[in-house]
This record gives sequence, structure tokens and C-alpha cells, in this order.
Amino acid sequence: MSTTNAIETQIRSYILENFLYTKDEGKLKNTASFLEDGIVDSTGILELLLFVQETFGVQVEDEEVVPDNFDSVERLTRYISMKTGVPC
Amino acid sequence: MHEFLENSATRTPDKVALICSGQRLTYQQVDVDANRVANGLLAAGVQRGDRVAVWLPNSVEAVLAIFGILKAGATFVVVNTTTKPDKLAYVLNNCQAKALFAPGRQTETIVEVMSSVPSLTLGVLCEQDADEGAALHSNVQSFPALLAAASPERPANSCIDVDLACLIYTSGSTGDPKGVMSTQANVAFAASSIITYLENVPDDIVINVLPLSFDYGLYQLLMTFKFGGTLVLERSFAYPAATLKRITEERVTGLPGVPTLFALLLQMDLSRFDLSSLRYVTNTAAALPVEHIEQLRDTFPWAKLYSMYGLTECKRTLYLPPEELDRRPGSVGIAIPGTEVWIEDEAGQRLGPGEVGELVVRGSHVMQGYWQNEAATAKCYRTGRYPAERMLYTGDLFRMDEEGFLYFVARKDDIIKTRGEKVAPKEVESVLYRLPGVVEAAVIGVPDALLGEAVKAFVVCAPDAGLTERDVLRHCAQNLEDFAVPKQVEFRTSFSKTESGKIQKRDLR
Repeated sequence: MSTTNAIETQIRSYILENFLYTKDEGKLKNTASFLEDGIVDSTGILELLLFVQETFGVQVEDEEVVPDNFDSVERLTRYISMKTGVPC
Repeated sequence: MHEFLENSATRTPDKVALICSGQRLTYQQVDVDANRVANGLLAAGVQRGDRVAVWLPNSVEAVLAIFGILKAGATFVVVNTTTKPDKLAYVLNNCQAKALFAPGRQTETIVEVMSSVPSLTLGVLCEQDADEGAALHSNVQSFPALLAAASPERPANSCIDVDLACLIYTSGSTGDPKGVMSTQANVAFAASSIITYLENVPDDIVINVLPLSFDYGLYQLLMTFKFGGTLVLERSFAYPAATLKRITEERVTGLPGVPTLFALLLQMDLSRFDLSSLRYVTNTAAALPVEHIEQLRDTFPWAKLYSMYGLTECKRTLYLPPEELDRRPGSVGIAIPGTEVWIEDEAGQRLGPGEVGELVVRGSHVMQGYWQNEAATAKCYRTGRYPAERMLYTGDLFRMDEEGFLYFVARKDDIIKTRGEKVAPKEVESVLYRLPGVVEAAVIGVPDALLGEAVKAFVVCAPDAGLTERDVLRHCAQNLEDFAVPKQVEFRTSFSKTESGKIQKRDLR
């Protein structure tokens, strides 16, 4: 089973690689808003959703794709931990 | 145009005009706060006819800024919030902007941009970090401070309807953005014409997820305030379920969208949302695939679906009356009320049914041309029947059926339409050429189920450049609006060329 840290690491590396095109960890704060800070564009959320489903085997319901769950590394980590039963 | 707001505020002061980010503002509240913005701008030296830019996401502040600028008699210029500093500075210099509304979290960028735009004398920071940013710089203040210091009274406004209301920047085939000049009369006419065929009434509640920098998004605001309805303003369509929930909660009646939005919607299980309040759904920016039209009709059989076509240069051009949709799903219809269109060949002869030619537009919605760009203006806008009349040559090829309904065929230039936005290949290529190691670059649009067209870049690198796809994409993301960043990059060793040495783009398709 993944730990919260492992989930966070996977999310960070996906965002860094696919949206910021870098390996520089300093470019991404865990609390930064994906949309407000221009990290992920509006159609990018869909790509993020596919990544979450494929990587973590999570069944994401349409109504769960909301800023509270998806708009930062921190929020997404919390959401995936909750869905996969990993304690935060 | 400020009268759109003021008339509604007089008629229905306590009605909710704007729902945005958890706030519900009545017409009177919007009117009073827009007065404060106007008085604040006037006190800061903004004068009638000055250009004032709004580089903000969809927000209450953006709405107040737009109407405040109009009330001050100035011309507003909304710039996409994902526009990067170099292009923002280009636009601000091009229109000689006097003031700029921008997000507080971009303070450093704003200060840098202001130093490269000599005409800018005031920066107004909004939302998060506005106070902190304003405290650091003398010619920058926060939006709340601007409001607090200004009178709530309506300022005297001496604008007449031939004054400019706004400049809307659009991508041109040369790569440099061009500011389409709209007078107050142009906007009022276009808004009235669209309201007429959509049959808008004050009970309408319109949801807008499109950026206010995009004329389609902007007009949702202008039209709703004109007919006295309620606007639900969303940041974007990034979270479709959140938007659908809002439609249910607010009993939204009008949903304007672009093909990408509808493609996303149709991937969802919509039966889980109560969308019974929707009275109409509109599509423009690019044609909806016929199968999506059918699916949308099945999904919202109670709502009227409008297929439309337009370009910033005259706002909206065509609409298909919904009752025609089943008979001609591929058509974008007829001229909007009070206007005229026809198809011409290269020699200027009007063409009949079945023949393909350029769409020409005549009417009071034909804008004034491009800001300080006579060459580009002369190309699209030509003298009409009378000396002062302008006709718009759209650059789009159409054909007409026997009953006069129009069908889009192709663009005459190479502009890419992706996700409803226009992208000039030249602009993306210019950015690619600035990346060290890139020897040659060519950009085209390729079909994409979600985006309509996706931006694809072909790159030839120097032998020892060592560039990867990620290097190219990172460079593009740092220099282009998000929608203009290529979705695909393909490396080539060379390009085939024409006799004059130009890259043969048709070989790349």
C-alpha cells in the first residue's frame, strides 16, 4: 500500500514533468493552486484526472472533480489518501 | 454602454446581477462599486478615451473594473489572464494603456511590466496579496483601497456612441495581436441583435465559464446587464461537475459554450445533475461535430440549441434558428437580426447556392478596424455602399444552400482554432525560434476530438543541441498563453521547401 508521502511524490513528479516540464522541485509548492497559479490549464485538469485513475486505481466520480480535491498537490494527496484508505 | 448597468440598476436595484466566487451582488451594489472604480480612475488622472487594461481572471473585480472604466469614459482592454509578461507589455504599449488591473499575486510581474510600458501611470492589484503588493510600490494601489477612497456617486460621463468602448485583441496571421476597435454603438447593436434571437428576458440566468478576454465571454456579461438578467460568473470550465452543480443550484437558463466544453460534458453522466432549468445552449468559436449536436439534443431535449458563427471583427455574424437544426445540422445559419451577409469570389462577384467564396458582412456590428494598424484594417475592412460605411471581409470561406443557409468551409489563412481560441502559427513559431538550438520550426493545427484542433510543432534542431520534447514544451509554456502551447512536438531532420524557400506545410499534414 502507498503511503501519503509516496502519493505526494508521485503527484509532484507528474505535475513537474507534464505541466512544468522540469525536474526542479523548487518550482512547485504543495499548496500552490494549480489553476490560479497557472500550473495546470483548464483542460489539464482532465489529464490530471486520467493520471489519478490510472496511477492510483481510483474510481473518481464526476462530482468529486472539484477544486477542494484537485487544485493543489496537498489537496490531491489528501483526496487520493482518502480514496485509497491511506491514513494522512 | 455603462447605461446597460445603470438602467438595470434603476429598474431593479435589488435584483441579483452577479453571482461569483461565493458573492451575490445586486444591480445597485455593482453600480455603486463601479462608480467608485470610475471615480478612483478619474482621480488618478484617467481621462475620456484613455485605454485601461484588465488582466484578471473572471471575478467580481474584473466586472467592476470593466464597468468602472466605461463609467469613467475610458476604453477597456481585457487581456487573457494566461498571457505572458512580454505579450502583455506588447499589448499595453500598443494601446498606450494608462492603467492596469491585475492580480495581487502577480505584483512582481506587474512592476516589471510597468517599467517597460511608459504610458502606464497606475496599477491596481486585486484579490490575494493586493495590499502587500500595493504597499511596496508607489504607483500601485490595491483594489479595496481604490474603492474605499472614491465617491459612490455616478461620475459625469460625456461619452457618445461613436466613442470607443473597448479594444479586443485577437491573433493575426502575422503573429502580433491586433486590437479590434468597438464603439459604444457597435457593442450596443451587436448585443441587442443577439438578445433578440436568443429571446433573452430579465428572468434569464446565464452562466459564463468563458474568459472575459474572449468576446463570447465578455458579451455574456454585457448582454445580461443590458437585459437585466443575472450572470453566474465562473473562473473557467476546468471543473465541469462544479459548473453543473452551479447550474442546478442557481436554476441557470442559458449555457454558452464552445465545442471543447460540450465534448467534456458529453463524457460525463449528466443524468446525475438536474439541468431542467436550461432554456437555451449556445455554441460558437468552431463548429460542433454533428454527432455532438445529436447527443446534446438528446441530453437537453427541452433546451434550444443555437449553432452560431462569428469573429471579433464584428462580434457575431450568423446564427442557426434552433428549429432548423434537425434539417441542417451542419449549417451555422443566417445573418443575425438587422444585418446582411453574402458570399463573394476573388473578383468581388456575389456567388449563388453551392458555390464557395469569402463571407462578407454588412451592418452596424462591423467594428472600426484594428487599433493603429491601417494595413491590417485595409485588408479586412473595406468601404461599403456609402463612403463612411465599412464592410467586413471575414477571411472565411463559406457556401450557401438553396434557402440561403450558410455552411463554413475553411479559413483562407492558417490560423488554428483550438479549444475555441485562435492561435497564429507564426506566433508559436517565433517563440520556438527563440529557443537556442532550434534551427527551423513549423506549426500547424491537427484534428483533435476534444480541442477541435491541437497545436502541433515540428522542429529541426542543430546537430549538437540535445533538445528534448520537454525542453521545447517548457520554453513554449513560459512564453505563450496556455491554449497556444503545442500539444505535440515532432523532431525532423529537415523540411521540404517551396521554390522561394518557405517551409512546405502541406507536407506536414
